Amino acid sequence: MSHLKKIIYNCKQATYLIEKKSAQRLSFRETVELRIHLYGCSFCRLFSKQSAVINNMVKELFNSSAGSGIHLDDDFKKELQQRIEEELNK
Amino acid sequence: MTLNPHNWVSAHADYLYSFAITRLNDEEQAKDLVQETFLAALQKVNNFEGKSSERTWLTAILKNKIIDVYRKKSSGLRPVQEKNDEQTVDFFEEDGHWKTEHGPKEFGIEDKDHLVTREFEQILKKCMQKLPALWMAVFTMKHIEDEPTETICAELKVTASNFWVIIHRAKLNLRACLQKNWI
Repeated sequence: MSHLKKIIYNCKQATYLIEKKSAQRLSFRETVELRIHLYGCSFCRLFSKQSAVINNMVKELFNSSAGSGIHLDDDFKKELQQRIEEELNK
Repeated sequence: MTLNPHNWVSAHADYLYSFAITRLNDEEQAKDLVQETFLAALQKVNNFEGKSSERTWLTAILKNKIIDVYRKKSSGLRPVQEKNDEQTVDFFEEDGHWKTEHGPKEFGIEDKDHLVTREFEQILKKCMQKLPALWMAVFTMKHIEDEPTETICAELKVTASNFWVIIHRAKLNLRACLQKNWI
């Protein structure tokens, strides 16, 4: 089988390229290969959409929890500030 | 910008703690790292150039400590070989086609104006916790911290080709877990 045929029918390789694309530029050849595959493969088109949604959601999840009501208990904080003061007075 | 260590705990401790806990999922460890961050910061006060805010500077110190934890956690799990990939062999046929039972199905959240429910978020969290430590470390460093690929490979001692294999597998497994638990 020619290389091009291989990628056209290979969802494993296509999803690999989709992931690579989300983090860096694909080479010209990879771009063409992926585009041809996606043109003919509805499964991987859906995967591509979902992959992007998942990336955004994971990001939101991490960022929102950074501002949302997780607190250290006051005793721990008091001790911590005390340690800092001790270090400062050394 | 100047530093004011007398104010650090009240100004930044909660922020740093939640930053750590979302990335480590371990309360005790997160607490330890917050403490270590402040103490390490005190040693470096003279290096602070005032180019960033106090919080950004402290967060950078914490980030490095988190990476250390990732590295320790994941050092027992490599190498991930391309050949005997038990984790992806499940999703695809020999020829690279999706296996019928693993082909992606609509979640109903693919469109831009989707409303992601709390329930979906909870499932996502659980699915992320199922990922092996090394995958999770690579995935978050790439997609959350936006670290350059070379940095991640160097920090976690993975090769460039393994890096993409891990990113790929992490997503395949995450997506499959969502499909299994959501639809």
